[in-house]
Amino acid sequence: MARVVVDVIPKPEILDPQGQAIVKALPRLGFTGVRDVRQGKHFELEVDDEVDDATLEKIAEGFLSNPVIEDYVVRRVES
Amino acid sequence: MKIGVITFPGTLDDVDAARAARAVEAEAVPLWHADDDLRGVDAVVVPGGFSYGDYLRAGAIARFAPIMQSVVDAARRGMPVLGICNGFQILCEAGLLPGVMLRNVGLHFVCKDQWLRVENTETAWTTRFEPGAEILIPIKNIDGRYTASAETVRELEAEGRVVFRYVEGNPNGSINDIAGICSPDGRVVGLMPHPEHAIDALTGPSDDGLGVFYSVLDATRSLVTA
Repeated sequence: MARVVVDVIPKPEILDPQGQAIVKALPRLGFTGVRDVRQGKHFELEVDDEVDDATLEKIAEGFLSNPVIEDYVVRRVES
Repeated sequence: MKIGVITFPGTLDDVDAARAARAVEAEAVPLWHADDDLRGVDAVVVPGGFSYGDYLRAGAIARFAPIMQSVVDAARRGMPVLGICNGFQILCEAGLLPGVMLRNVGLHFVCKDQWLRVENTETAWTTRFEPGAEILIPIKNIDGRYTASAETVRELEAEGRVVFRYVEGNPNGSINDIAGICSPDGRVVGLMPHPEHAIDALTGPSDDGLGVFYSVLDATRSLVTA
């Protein structure tokens, strides 16, 4: 078994109104100095050892993210 | 003339879509997400709602339903397919239409009657409208902001594939005020607003939505079958 993390984040050119709402809320909570927030998704996968990197790329690119609007990063982590 | 209407877990507007089909004297045929049988229909409506709870992304899971593979195959052969709201999102995820719908600018769920201009009256679903006709139909969504790469948007505009455009205000920040688009052959159309909710002045803001369903009657009649 291996643990794999996939992070999905809106592309830089895509307007992220959720991230903007968070940025605007922070000063109201007393937190200053945060200039930008992008909201994305974080997936944790438990996969069998025979699942190779190419398969993980396909899962991330073809399903967990939509390449029109999102970038993704796949990484194996210590379990 | 048979119009199929798909029901996924979480679909909301299949009943109204079927009613709209019957309103133009077509037979409404219920299609089930877990079947791959299109039951001999001549056209398919992918209705609105929240298929699979919009988990992951709107439409991202519905596109893998067995019925969708059959819809994609039929669309590639020229069967008219209409995606409304969540159905539009599903057609984008399935690759039948380009682009994607994002969270509305302003983050609000928008629910109101919306004016649209019919920009292309040569698609399978819009021939009954006058060019440039303005129609009033309901819109109701939170993920309605159409987005695509700059290159794709240029292509859609250049090829006349923007079918419906918001007028009198853009409700969600959609790029170029795009409310609906079509495939290169004009057989597959997707739009965020709901023509099936505007087929009777008693229950909707107008009966402007009927034009969409009357159009597909013509589109299937003129199909030449070998």
